[in-house]
Amino acid sequence: MASYLKFPKVSNWAWKVWMRDWKVFMKTYKVNFILPFLEPILYLLALGFGLGGFVGPIDGIPYAVFLAPGLISISIMNSAFFECTYGSYVRMYYQKTFDAIIATPLNLDEVIAGEIFWGATRSLINASFMLIVVIAFGLVSLPMALIIIPFSFIAGLLFSALAMCFTAISPNINALNYPIFLLITPMFLFSGTFFPISALPQPIQYASFATLPLVHVVEISRALTLSRWSGFLPLNLIWIIIVSFLLFVISINLMKRRLIA
Amino acid sequence: MPTVVSAENLMKKYGDIVAVDGINFSVEQGECFGFLGPNGAGKTTTIKMIQCVSPKTSGKLEVLGMDVDLYPKEIKRNLGVVPQENNLDPDFTVYENLMVYSRYFSIPKNEAKERIEKLLKFMQLEEKRDAIIERLSGGMKRRLILARALLNEPKRLILDEPTVGLDPQARHLIWDRIRSLKKEGVTTILTTHYMEEASQLCDRLVIMDYGKILVEGRPEDLVREQIGTSILETKANPEVLSCLQKMKQEFEIVGDTIHIFTDSPSDLMFNLMGQCRLSQTTVRPATLEDVFLKLTGRALRE
Ligand SMILES: Nc1ncnc2c1ncn2[C@@H]1O[C@H](COP(=O)(O)OP(=O)(O)OP(=O)(O)O)[C@@H](O)[C@H]1O
Ligand SMILES: [Mg+2]
Repeated sequence: MASYLKFPKVSNWAWKVWMRDWKVFMKTYKVNFILPFLEPILYLLALGFGLGGFVGPIDGIPYAVFLAPGLISISIMNSAFFECTYGSYVRMYYQKTFDAIIATPLNLDEVIAGEIFWGATRSLINASFMLIVVIAFGLVSLPMALIIIPFSFIAGLLFSALAMCFTAISPNINALNYPIFLLITPMFLFSGTFFPISALPQPIQYASFATLPLVHVVEISRALTLSRWSGFLPLNLIWIIIVSFLLFVISINLMKRRLIA
Repeated sequence: MPTVVSAENLMKKYGDIVAVDGINFSVEQGECFGFLGPNGAGKTTTIKMIQCVSPKTSGKLEVLGMDVDLYPKEIKRNLGVVPQENNLDPDFTVYENLMVYSRYFSIPKNEAKERIEKLLKFMQLEEKRDAIIERLSGGMKRRLILARALLNEPKRLILDEPTVGLDPQARHLIWDRIRSLKKEGVTTILTTHYMEEASQLCDRLVIMDYGKILVEGRPEDLVREQIGTSILETKANPEVLSCLQKMKQEFEIVGDTIHIFTDSPSDLMFNLMGQCRLSQTTVRPATLEDVFLKLTGRALRE
């Protein structure tokens, strides 16, 4: 167990890996910048305004306003998680990109760190686009909601590090479906995204707080978009930072076990 | 002359599999050093330990006088590597591949641009600069990988089967480039399955099998010591076999042919022709391939 907590040797060279992924992203920037606009608009129209017409206000908040930070949080989760599962798996296994990079002065620790930072950057990019959309619909309180932009990077680290752990242990690319169905989908539904967690039975509430990363991200995002503070927010943030850090270290060690025989 | 690589009792295990089994060798500056051996002999494993991407299990391994476990970054900065498996970045064009790779060595952008122009020319890839990797032929990919390995202007090159799967033209082009690098004083470590490649390029080589080094030496010396200058081949039949046995002549049977190793083929031929009824007899110069097959056997591997 202790071997999975060995502290990685990461220097600022990790940014060279980040830069590689950024360059690829920018090669198809038109697609990459238009799609993130599309998804939140569809969700907002269908759920916020469509379904929202049948759902009364939650805690005195119109449903679309309640939903907006949930959608942003889901986008933070999905963009980092997909980037560091399917994206990283393809680069690692099919494209042998990691092999090519570790033949240069960079080490595997830096490659994985760069990938995780890139995953978090995808969260930041997508969350920023969603923010533009919800601002346009007048669903968030400004300027507080802008803090979501830096926050989405921190929250993105949580999901990209988590994803990287699964990438490291997946025997093949199809096996990545398991964490997506067993972890991401339940989180998508039960993290206070579409309805408040308080609607769930108490034991499930506690279990959610303890184990579902998305819960903490939704709590903070909603506080930011509503400009409503609660004493728990520092705890949510600390939870995110500690767990991200642990997963970051574990994922690098798992990757080393997989790739450095 | 300073030593570029020195290995003592170098060992590598993958679980229970012993891939490299306590080998000793050293590569001196400026030479071309070859690793030959059947599939699975442990050549790539050895190469990966030298380039610091696969940790050794035990023994001593120093590159440029530095321990591979302690100074991987410094060692890798000074090496150019052509891996056995192509791993060009399919997300980028030819030019971009080189540009992105130059960043991993922290080569300043303007410097990198100049080097890339030179390398594209050197490897005859100028017309393909904007092509995507998928569209390149096998030979072009190999040339591009060699160009990539030269970006950091290394004085030591590691080539794991650089010409695998290439047509004679492409192979000769790569050989030519390796020779001209050697003239500039670049030390080369090479693995190959082409005996001609090894004879042409290597100053010294080892033949490995099952993780061990069987022999080490200059190609021509190995041929002379292990075989002699020539091989007399003749058709095998029971009559000839018993005749040769009567004469106490040593020989090897390969399929339906008898091989006799010799330094004086005409005397031998004269002698045998007088005693036995040989048919379809030819004499040819011994080659590295004969040494290879003599030492590693003719059975298929893996
Ligand atoms: N990552 C690995 N995990 C487990 N076993 C391995 C690994 N890499 C190589 N081996 C085993 O180690 C042995 C040596 O393999 P290696 O790739 O070094 O051979 P090679 O001489 O390069 O062969 P080839 O000529 O086919 O390239 C083989 O038995 C191989 O199956
Ligand atoms: Mg090999």
